[in-house]
Amino acid sequence: MQDPIAPFISDDLLTLAGGELHLVASREKATGKLAFPPHAEDDPRFQRVLLPREGTLWSWTIQRFRPKSPPYAGPATFEPYAVGYVQLDGALIVEARLAGVREADLAIGMPLELVAFPFTLASGESRSTFAFAPRTGAHS
Amino acid sequence: MSEDVFIIGAGIHRFGRTPELTGLQQGVYAVREALQQAGLSWDQIQFAFGGSDSAGNADSMVSDLGLTGLPFINVANGCATGGSALFGAYSSIRSGEFDLGLAVGFDKHPRGAFSPLPADWGLPDWYGETGLMLTTQFFAMKIRRYMASYGITPESLGLVAEKAFANGALADHAWRREPVDIETILTSQMVSDPLTKFMFCSPAEGAVALILASGRKARELGLPAVRLRAAAVRTRPSGSFEVFSPALELERGPSPSTLASRAAFDMAGVGPEDIDLAQLQDTDSGAEIMHMAENGFCADGEQTAWLAEGRTRIDGALPVNTDGGCLACGEPIGASGLRQVHENYRQLLGQAGRRQVPGSPRLGYSHVYGAPGVSAVTILER
Repeated sequence: MQDPIAPFISDDLLTLAGGELHLVASREKATGKLAFPPHAEDDPRFQRVLLPREGTLWSWTIQRFRPKSPPYAGPATFEPYAVGYVQLDGALIVEARLAGVREADLAIGMPLELVAFPFTLASGESRSTFAFAPRTGAHS
Repeated sequence: MSEDVFIIGAGIHRFGRTPELTGLQQGVYAVREALQQAGLSWDQIQFAFGGSDSAGNADSMVSDLGLTGLPFINVANGCATGGSALFGAYSSIRSGEFDLGLAVGFDKHPRGAFSPLPADWGLPDWYGETGLMLTTQFFAMKIRRYMASYGITPESLGLVAEKAFANGALADHAWRREPVDIETILTSQMVSDPLTKFMFCSPAEGAVALILASGRKARELGLPAVRLRAAAVRTRPSGSFEVFSPALELERGPSPSTLASRAAFDMAGVGPEDIDLAQLQDTDSGAEIMHMAENGFCADGEQTAWLAEGRTRIDGALPVNTDGGCLACGEPIGASGLRQVHENYRQLLGQAGRRQVPGSPRLGYSHVYGAPGVSAVTILER
């Protein structure tokens, strides 16, 4: 089970299913093609699907300067953070923050899993977004 | 029967920072320079296409240039604004509708990285709020993956930037006019790994104007002219990897640059091996490397040898970004694609001064790329 977490940063991004966190995507009925972020829930051309929770690192970088606000909504104090694309087999390659990994350990192909990621808005309010972190018990 | 299209005049306002002029005023400066060099007056211009990303409406230039009543079409197509203005002007002459017109692009951006708003790009707010919506991240992650796939090292990234600043030092219109050695480039502040400060271009200011004419008009005016053999604009296909992509498809596909490049080569009836010099989008060092392959000039991975051998230097087999490109000139979005064409025009006419490519180049290629996945390619022939 996840620890109690702050409200999701968007209504249409994450869901808890069977006690586990998933990213929400949509599948085009006509083509089977997946889209993330998902299309509007009431759009009859698409159906909601949950993305796999585990994947491998496809590419990465370190964000070393504070992004401009807007659109960035994080606090004024800034620490560099890791960002990557994570390959979810059978689904998509998803862009995400990377959590719980030292820069020196980042490597294309490393196994990762979806985690909730606490995000503090400039207002001081807490939200949960998503990140990928090294799989528990898996070390590359 | 479609008309041949020629460029018969060009003007440029130097790139970089010009606090005393608005972007629009820099655009007017470039138009006046182009007219003056061609010995033309504004009332001879039959139509214009122009645009900027963040510096106002191109058609308001008529206040300064003269109220002649000409049709002046504003173009807003992100990083391909200049390329799209040129495409519009090219098509208008090619169709036979007009035989003398203008393409102009200008811009003026604040310091620092671009700060796009998610809604303007059809994306949810959380994407920008959580710090994922940065062009710098995209370029870094695209080249990181490419380097891992094709064995390219940071040394090659450094060689691209070193060449850019060496060429920029020879171009009056460039922003960065000092050579920078590769050690300084490789050890400068890391911005978005693996790309350092000197490997990224910066948003900037500047303006470029080009005067286009039909073959008949060009002969009548008797001006030095280069033929626009191809002008192609393409958007992203399925499976490409673009700026501002929260997700990518597993099945990887070609890029908009590859599509635009193939279309331009088809239009011109020439191939990459025929090109004598190329201006390739170099938002960062890695982009130039990847665009060498996406535009068909080398196979993936061959860039390491090309750069080590200096093949893309001004004295090399295929000079690339002979005026220092975006790395040395900065990137005023609306003007950037036209700067590349301006550079080819000067080079093909032998007017490039200290940065002149030797051997009387005949075919010049230009390629501009930007968000959210749009590329424009031109091929010029002397």
